[in-house]
This record gives sequence, C-alpha cells and structure tokens, in this order.
Amino acid sequence: MSESKVTFEKGNVALAKAAVAAGCRYYFGYPITPQSDIPEYLSGVLPRIGGQFVQAESEVASINMLLGAGATGKRAMTSSSSPGISLKQEGISYMAGSEIPAVIVNVQRSGPGLGGIAPSQGDYFQATRGGGHGDYRVIVLAPASVQEMYDLTVLAFELADAYRTPVMVLADAMIGMMKEPLEEWVPQNPEPAKDDWAATGAAGRPGRRIKSLYLGDGELAEHNWKLAQKYERIRREETRVQIELPEGCELAVVAFGSAARIAKSAVDRLNDEGRRVGYVRPITLWPFPEEAIRRVAEQGVPLLTVELNTGQMVEDVRLAVEGRAPVHFAGYPPGYLPSPDDIYDEIVRRLPAGKEAA
Amino acid sequence: MKPVFVRPQSLTDKPFHFCPGCHHGVIHRLVAEAIDRFGVRERTIAAASVGCSVFLYDYFDIDVVESPHGRAPAVATGIKRTNPDKFVFIYQGDGDLAAIGTAEIIHAANRGENLTVVFVNNTVYGMTGGQMAPTTLLGQPTTTSPYGREFGQDGYPIKMTEMLAQLEGVGFAARVAVDTPARLAQARKAVFRAFETQLEEKGMGFVEILSSCPTNWGMKPLEAVRRIEREMIPYFPLGVYKERKGSDAL
Amino acid sequence: MHHDIIMAGFGGQGILMIGNLLAVGALRRGYRVTFFPAYGVEMRGGTANCTVTISDREIGSPVTARPLGLVAMNEPSVVKFGPRVRAGGVVVVNASIVPEGVLDREDVRVVRVPCNDVAADLGDPRLASMVALGAYVAASGVLPVDAVAEVLPEVLPEKVHRLIPLNQKALEAGADRAGA
Ligand SMILES: Cc1ncc(C[n+]2csc(CCOP(=O)(O)OP(=O)(O)O)c2C)c(N)n1
Repeated sequence: MSESKVTFEKGNVALAKAAVAAGCRYYFGYPITPQSDIPEYLSGVLPRIGGQFVQAESEVASINMLLGAGATGKRAMTSSSSPGISLKQEGISYMAGSEIPAVIVNVQRSGPGLGGIAPSQGDYFQATRGGGHGDYRVIVLAPASVQEMYDLTVLAFELADAYRTPVMVLADAMIGMMKEPLEEWVPQNPEPAKDDWAATGAAGRPGRRIKSLYLGDGELAEHNWKLAQKYERIRREETRVQIELPEGCELAVVAFGSAARIAKSAVDRLNDEGRRVGYVRPITLWPFPEEAIRRVAEQGVPLLTVELNTGQMVEDVRLAVEGRAPVHFAGYPPGYLPSPDDIYDEIVRRLPAGKEAA
Repeated sequence: MKPVFVRPQSLTDKPFHFCPGCHHGVIHRLVAEAIDRFGVRERTIAAASVGCSVFLYDYFDIDVVESPHGRAPAVATGIKRTNPDKFVFIYQGDGDLAAIGTAEIIHAANRGENLTVVFVNNTVYGMTGGQMAPTTLLGQPTTTSPYGREFGQDGYPIKMTEMLAQLEGVGFAARVAVDTPARLAQARKAVFRAFETQLEEKGMGFVEILSSCPTNWGMKPLEAVRRIEREMIPYFPLGVYKERKGSDAL
Repeated sequence: MHHDIIMAGFGGQGILMIGNLLAVGALRRGYRVTFFPAYGVEMRGGTANCTVTISDREIGSPVTARPLGLVAMNEPSVVKFGPRVRAGGVVVVNASIVPEGVLDREDVRVVRVPCNDVAADLGDPRLASMVALGAYVAASGVLPVDAVAEVLPEVLPEKVHRLIPLNQKALEAGADRAGA
C-alpha cells in the first residue's frame, strides 16, 4: 500500500531535496534556526554525490562563496533566516549587478533584530525591494506548502539561470518546519550552457570579467537600463498567482505563504456556509501579480490582505488596486500565530452587510 | 636582438593607471609572470578585491570575478571548491584583507583552501584617499590619523603574515618587498612559491608584499621607496615564515 | 472528514513520534494530512506539542485554535489545550500523572488512560505515548488502529524496528482501554 512515491516530509527537507534534484551540488551557509534542516540534510548528501558543502564563518562569507561559485556557472545555493539574510544583502546586490545566477533561501523568523524564531513575514519589503543597495530586484518565490518548497526551489534554479539573476525562495518557519506529503519529481529542463559568459578560465579566448563596477561615462546608466529591461521581461513572463474567485464574489482575501494557508481554511469555511469569498495567493512576490489583482478590483470586489506582519504586501495590493476597490488589512506580528478562526472573524467583519448566508 | 623587457603574456596591453612610484604595477607584473611561468592562464580565475587593484581585470587577460570589499577569500573559496581543477588567486590590499575582510582571510586560510594570495601592504587605504589602515605604522599620519597613529587610540599595526603562518591550513607564508632589484628577485621567488603551493595542493600560498604609496604618503617616489627600507621593513621583517616541505601535503 | 488534533506533553515523551505516526497512517489510507510541530526554544523549555490535521479535501491551515481532539500526556497540556477542544471532541488524558478534575467539561469525551502504567506493564515506560495514541485512535474513530500499526516500519527509525511488535501491543492496549 505504500507503493506511491509520496513521502511525508518537512518543508525544509523538501527544499533541500529539490535543490539536489535541480542539479545543485554546492552549498554555502551558516547555521541559524529555523532553517538548519537544510544544511544538515545537504551536508550529508552533497559530499557523497561529488558536491561540496561548506559551513562558512559567517553569512557574509557564505553569500560571497555563492557569488564565486555562481560566477563560474555552477548551480549553487545558500540558505539562512532573517538576521542572516540581512548580512547576505551585500552579496545579493553584487550578484544582481554582476548578473550572477544563484538561489538564496530565506526561511523567515521574526525581527527586527534578534527577534525570535517564530514564523513571520516581516522580510517582505526586504525581499521584494531588492534588499541591498542599488536599483535592482530579486525574483521572490513564496511557497505555501511542502510540495511547493520542492516545486518552487526547482523553479528558482531554472529562473536564476534563465535570467542570470539571484532568486530568493521566501519561506517562513511554519512552511519550513511543517510536514506534508511530498511527491519528488525529476526536473526535465536541462541546465543551460553557461560557457558563453561564465568565468571558466580563458582557454582559447580573451579573459572575461564578471563585475558590477562601471565607471566609464554613461556605462552604469546603460547597465542599469539593461537590468531594468531584464526585470521588465521577468515581470511579463514570470508572474505567478493562484486565484479562486467564486461567481458573485463578495470579498477576496490576498495572502501568501503561511498566512495564505491559514486564511484558506477561513475562506473554505465561509464558502461552505454559503458565502462567496475569493482567494488570491501571490506565488511570485516579485514580480508582484498586480495585473491579476487589478482585474479583481475592477470587478468591484473588496480585498482583505492578511499577513504575518503589521502591513507590507498590503502596500503593493493598494498600488495594484489604485483605489478601484476597498483594501482592508489584517496583520499578525510574530509571537501570535493566527488561527483560521481569527481570519474568519476578520473576513466576516468586512463582508457586505445584509447578505447573511441562508 | 633579444628583448630585455617582455610584457608577460597574461597581461593585456592596457597601460597601468597607477600613480607614479606605486608598486601595484610591479606586483601585477610579478603575478602575470607567474601565470605565464606555470602555464595556467587558460585555467586561471582570479577574485579581484576592492581598492586600487580593483581594475585588475583590465590588466590581466584572464577570467576575473569582482568581489565585495574584503570578501575575495570567500569568493575564491566558492570558485575553487566548485572548480578544483582551476588555478585561483586573489589580490588584496591591506584595508581589504586586514580590516574589513579579516574573518574571510583567516577562515579561508584555516580551511586550507588551495588558493594563492597576493597581499599588498602599503600601510594606507590608497583608493579612498589615504585613510588609516590596520597596517599603518605607529606615528604615521594619515587623513584619519592626522596626528600619527597612536597605540592608545588605534592599536598596533597588524602583522598578517606572522598570524597566518600559525594556521595549519597555510602551506606557504612569506613577506617580501619590491624596493630593490635584489628584493624584487626574492619577491618573484616567493610569488612563484605561492603559486606552486596551490599547484601542489598544499593549502594556502600567501605572500605579503610591502608596497609604496607615494601619493597618499605625501612623498616623492624615491623618498617613498626609501621609506620601505627605513620604516616598514624594521616593523614588518621580510622572510619566509612558513613553508610546508616536500610531500607533506595538507 | 476533517479532523484536527493537538498532541502535547513533556519533551522526550514521544509526542512528535505519535503525531507522525497518526499523520502517516492517515496518509497511507488516502487522506490529506499536515503535521506542525512546536520547535526550538519552546521545545527546550520542556514541553512538546504538535498539530495533526487529517482531511479528505485540501487542507488550509496546519494550525488550529479549536482542535477536534487532544492527547495530553501531562497536566500543563490539559490546562493549556483542554479548554480549546471543540464540543463533541475527544480528549485522551494520561491518567498516570494527571489528577482527575483538571479538565471540567461535559461537552467533550474525556478518556482517562493510565498510559505510564500500561506501558510499564508492557515492560517499557517509553511506550506511554503509543498507548495514548492507540486510545485516541480507538476513541475518536479517526482511523482504524491497524492504519497506524501498519506504518510503524515506515515511521520508526530502523534501529528500533525490533521493537515494532511491542509498539503494536502498546497501540492495542491503549485502544482496549479506550473502548472500556
Ligand atoms: C563595504 C565597503 N566599505 C567601504 C568601501 C570603500 N573602500 C573602497 S577601497 C577601500 C580601502 C582600500 O584600501 P586597501 O585595501 O588598503 O587597498 P589599496 O587601495 O591601498 O590598494 C575602502 C575603504 C567599500 N568599497 N565597501
């Protein structure tokens, strides 16, 4: 009866397995809760399959090791949690500027500062605005299940290579620590050749520079515009969102990651009770699914944004909606993980009055 | 007629931008000679640092990866670990290696990374205009130690070669200078040894090169060269501090 | 079918293990499942708990404020989670160390099983949580006891596989007690 290939797996482990399946053989990291399952798993696996696992002296060092590996075209990754991700921002900015593909995982914990280890979505701004210095973006994927920890990590490696840009998987303690059924699959997309740009040793060709410094007249502006065009292409091609809008939708909840999971229970319950509540779950946080959200707003559907913070993604929702519909917010800073009941009450409070279900 | 002065093959023909009397150009040439001598150009990847040597990639006709300030040893670790068959060297100034990047160099050394490190100690932050470096000598005025470096305020100049020689992961550690023809010859030997250390997989090959910075020292080139012998060498003694011999591989 | 249950007790009582067993048992019977553990600081503080959700449709939240079931292996767990159980739910209480009267509710079925004692009778006190799981499964009817027993080889680490028959006995002993 246990013939199916479905296993029961922790989110962090699913992510680590996905990295291996995606052909990543190199990991550089520094321990921090609640993501240590990832280095723990990979330190066992990578050395046995011809890879390298390096526990660096700091997050600053590990992100720069990733930079070095990525510059030579190797699929590599690092993972950390919020305070460690702050330290990695320097390297992320350099990789964006030098157009180096890499996968960075943030299993968010709570801040600011040392904060705590409870689930949080407090790093939304940091992730979606680039995070470090300079005018750049990082593709941000937000898994909401153990399966998605796997699926989106595979996608992260593919996107990183396709666009030569750092990609962040933005999970949180809840998705990282929970267990769910996982179906592992073998990615079919071949890893693209990188010998047309990577630092591989200048055999039979002039030397190459993988760099972000541009001091010549107008060079940096040109480089920034080139990046901007790439980001525009990513916006067009790679925006992902899950939308469930019932006929005659009275209100739609907008949430990502763990908050989306909790909210989904409340939405399902209300729909079981005869209300018509929609569900909008951004899967890419950058690029943000603003088109899709605008279309919901254009139908006059009020939106309720639910986040495990005091209000970050809601700003992007408002920008997308541009006043076409009311945008409400329910926020839960770390230390209190909301239950479906909490969100149920928040939705009910905002539902149009006088239309109580039969 | 035999040319006396041949430009090393792994240098581009771009003229150096360095100030008159600066030793970065000489040291670049030494490194390029070593690349040629060991025939590794086509499998070399360098990690450039931030400082006056940031334009390394304009002068060397090799693959170069830029690193954030101080992080070249980490970037190089990433390169070498994922490409063990490549020859990887880093080139760092004293602010880069001995201040902001202290953790990275010590841990790369301690892990015994097979890297070649060229450390240019000019006792100042050259690129940013002559501020105090961790290697600035006591009494030496800089733009951020206008009354001269004073122990009570700024501590002692740091001796990186001595420190790193203590670490098991380091296969070769030497301090050299390029202020006289004799010392230049020794420096060339040391750079070659640091290359061989990597090629023989004996861990980190580390060379500290005392270098002049007439511009930021406020000296004429000749004066600056004399300062190396008069002030720097007495505090930073030259010599081989560690050499892992024969077959005692790491 | 939508069944969510909190399991709680001291760290080291095997709480996460029985949560996993229940979840994998349900998974292998074709249900959707989630398992969410308390972790880190909270665990080191000496208490452990996890939430298991079993459903025949897609599961939203892996956490719940009002579970349908509770397995409470110590008194603090009864105090903390007992009042949250939904009316009509089942609460298994480790009667070996939780005095009567800690949970005063008429609207849930409280099943008191002296788990430590039953486990000691079987020859290994570490089986107490397994006894509790057997009792919970039987009392709630969420799964047949077999469904859990069948996945012991999958969930238990290889090195304790020789103890599978004993664990099976503990599950059955718990189920018997719940039926009484
Ligand atoms: C994070 C960061 N801080 C500061 C700087 C500015 N900066 C550029 S080069 C440099 C010091 C360079 O001095 P050194 O390493 O001694 O090399 P030199 O220029 O003397 O060759 C500094 C502080 C920077 N680029 N990045």
